[in-house]
Amino acid sequence: MKLSKLVIAAAVVAAGVSSLTTSAFAQAKEQFFPLLSYRTGPYAPNGVPWANGKQDYIKMINARDGGINGVKLTFEECETGYATDRGVECYERLKSKPGVALFDPQATGITFALTEKVPNDKIPLITLGYGLSVAQDGMAFKWNFPFMGSYWTGADILVQHIAKGLGGLDKLKGKKIALVYHDSPFGKEPIPLLQERARMHGFELQMLPVTAPGVEQKATWLQVRQSKPDFVMLWGWGVMNSTALKEAQATGYPRDKMYGVWWAGAEPDVKDVGEGAKGYHALALNTSGQQPKVIQDILKHVHGKGQGTGPKDEVGQVLYTRGVIIQMLGVEAVRRAQERFGKGKVMTGEQVRWGLENLALDQKKLDALGFGGVMRPLSTSCSDHMGSTWARVHSWDGSKWNFSSDWYQADEQILKPMIKAGADKYLADKKMTRRTAADCQS
Amino acid sequence: MLYRENGQFKTSYRADQQIFPIAQDRIAIALLLAVAFVAVPMLASDYIFRAILIPFVIMALAALGVNILVGYCGQISLGSGAFMAVGAYGAYNFFVRIPGLPLIPALILGGLCATLFGILFGLPSLRVKGLYLAVATLAAQFFSDWMFLRIKWLTNDSPSGSISVNNLQVFGLPIESATSKYWFCLGILVVVALLAKNLVRGAIGREWMAIRDMDVAAAVIGIRPMYAKLSAFAVSSFIVGMAGALWAFVYLGAWEPAAFSVDLSFKLLFMVIIGGLGSIMGGFFGAAFIVVLPIVLNQFLPLLVGLFGVEISTAGVSHAELMIFGALIVWFLIVEPHGLAKLWSTAKQKLRLWPFPH
Repeated sequence: MKLSKLVIAAAVVAAGVSSLTTSAFAQAKEQFFPLLSYRTGPYAPNGVPWANGKQDYIKMINARDGGINGVKLTFEECETGYATDRGVECYERLKSKPGVALFDPQATGITFALTEKVPNDKIPLITLGYGLSVAQDGMAFKWNFPFMGSYWTGADILVQHIAKGLGGLDKLKGKKIALVYHDSPFGKEPIPLLQERARMHGFELQMLPVTAPGVEQKATWLQVRQSKPDFVMLWGWGVMNSTALKEAQATGYPRDKMYGVWWAGAEPDVKDVGEGAKGYHALALNTSGQQPKVIQDILKHVHGKGQGTGPKDEVGQVLYTRGVIIQMLGVEAVRRAQERFGKGKVMTGEQVRWGLENLALDQKKLDALGFGGVMRPLSTSCSDHMGSTWARVHSWDGSKWNFSSDWYQADEQILKPMIKAGADKYLADKKMTRRTAADCQS
Repeated sequence: MLYRENGQFKTSYRADQQIFPIAQDRIAIALLLAVAFVAVPMLASDYIFRAILIPFVIMALAALGVNILVGYCGQISLGSGAFMAVGAYGAYNFFVRIPGLPLIPALILGGLCATLFGILFGLPSLRVKGLYLAVATLAAQFFSDWMFLRIKWLTNDSPSGSISVNNLQVFGLPIESATSKYWFCLGILVVVALLAKNLVRGAIGREWMAIRDMDVAAAVIGIRPMYAKLSAFAVSSFIVGMAGALWAFVYLGAWEPAAFSVDLSFKLLFMVIIGGLGSIMGGFFGAAFIVVLPIVLNQFLPLLVGLFGVEISTAGVSHAELMIFGALIVWFLIVEPHGLAKLWSTAKQKLRLWPFPH
């Protein structure tokens, strides 16, 4: 009896230890995509479609094209729960797998922690529409790629859109804009830009932090009711968004005066509120819906074979499509790197980084990939790791998102000096220097 | 047969009062240290270091600190996360504001910041005890959350509120590689554990335990409750603060206040309860249980169910991880309410008779 217990315990321990030590043995011709995700916790409603989109795109590329020039794609998911320490653990677990391409941490806090680690490990970090705003400066942040926008470009575009509705930037004078934000680096990032804009145009910026995760916002919305801002910007994520909309409804703040960032403008944010969220606007980086060719391909090659990651009717939602785009950029970076370093080979993190830095996805290329109409063309360079700073606004009509504006581009004039100054400060704090022009060639 | 003290005669008080009076214990500890410092770095992979050993060592240090307060002095605290945060942000501020300040003094200064903070928030312990004190120390947690989110100066005016450090070095040696980080943390842990062990064996430790067991009786025999309680808060928060600074500097590298949330306070309290209240060893067991077990479960479960040909989703794994972890906590508390350290001492007792029990 005792002995048997001992044997079982020993076996369990041995199995546990071996599971920790034996990393997947090196297999030829497989490009590995580590997927950090969160399917539990307060951010899960938004994290799940994102993670599903990434995973389905990998499956689709394998099923439809047989990988990238014959290189099969593999992946492993690791649950971070949006917590930085678990995210770091996942990163350490997955970074040494053979053929690791890049990381998409799916959380601003984890991005900050990994930004310190990736230069040593030589693995690129892509943060589409989130992460460090100053990382657009590729000469300072060699390994970070905040594709398609940062919180600064997002905030800038929202100000432009609000001004357009009023009839010009000069009409912003004397207006009051409240920023209801997630009290974390994610929510605080846009503040410097909004302050700059407020100084330029003379509007008043009222800052209303919401303690993470944001399920308790009564006090915040009481303040909104008291100060009656002309517009509210919502910088939330996860349950915070739907809670904010419900509180706005309860306090009677008009939803059509509310503008969310692109992380506060997806189906999980408004679905539970339904009619109550009608009129709410949010930034959009991409379309939603199942019409685009790439989504059709996923439905056909992945869900059609019963291998879909999530429910079929959620395919093509806003965040799902964003996950697909993120994964596509990663895959295209590998393809681009293969063009230079050898077709049909497994790329190293450094080679993938070169691919990310030299992406050129024009309209023709996007159409061929099935992303026509889903997103704007994107091209990166050594000095610009963002590739595109365009976004538009969509509004919730009670049952679906409809585009309610044209494309806006964030104002270079304002952003450029801020990014330069921010990146220089970062480098100075870290006692690092900018990359040289010669470094761009490698 | 192997583990008995028969024949080991003590001829001086000094010999009688040493930390490990039994020769076998001394050998075992020497072996353990040799394994920890030499054998482990030779065997462990980069992942084991960075994801398991370093967090374990740092959390063991924090649990040690919490155990002094909760286990030895009986003052239940839910502010440990805050003390860690103060240690981390204190060390950070000294580190970036004083150019050229070496790492170890920065950590110690961070610990001293936490000491002051701990004494301040330990003041309620003079009037309230037990669960009420736990609630009072929770204030420390909320205060630190507020302080590090709102007071820009403390985060060096970083626009996002997230701060980071790099280029760590000690005596000119860079703390970059996983092994060097591990050695550094382990070195600090060993030194602090030795100090703590001696403190709790000495007069002050006995005062703490007297206060814990019955504060009125302790006061009657001449122990000053204020001095004893506040010194426990001071020592505990110093150690916890150092651990916080290490957690931020060495493990995370870049952090925000959420890294030291109330969850962490609860975790630390669970560590000392599960590990064993009032035992230096308990901190190590508790940290291993709370830090390492979820990670092992997380990786082991898919393999286990894989044996039966079932595939489990990432979400399924993390739900199962939480459930099994919770069940294990309940099970351990029922089987051994005095914590894993008690199991350890029972094992030692049995070992004395082994292999010939009566």
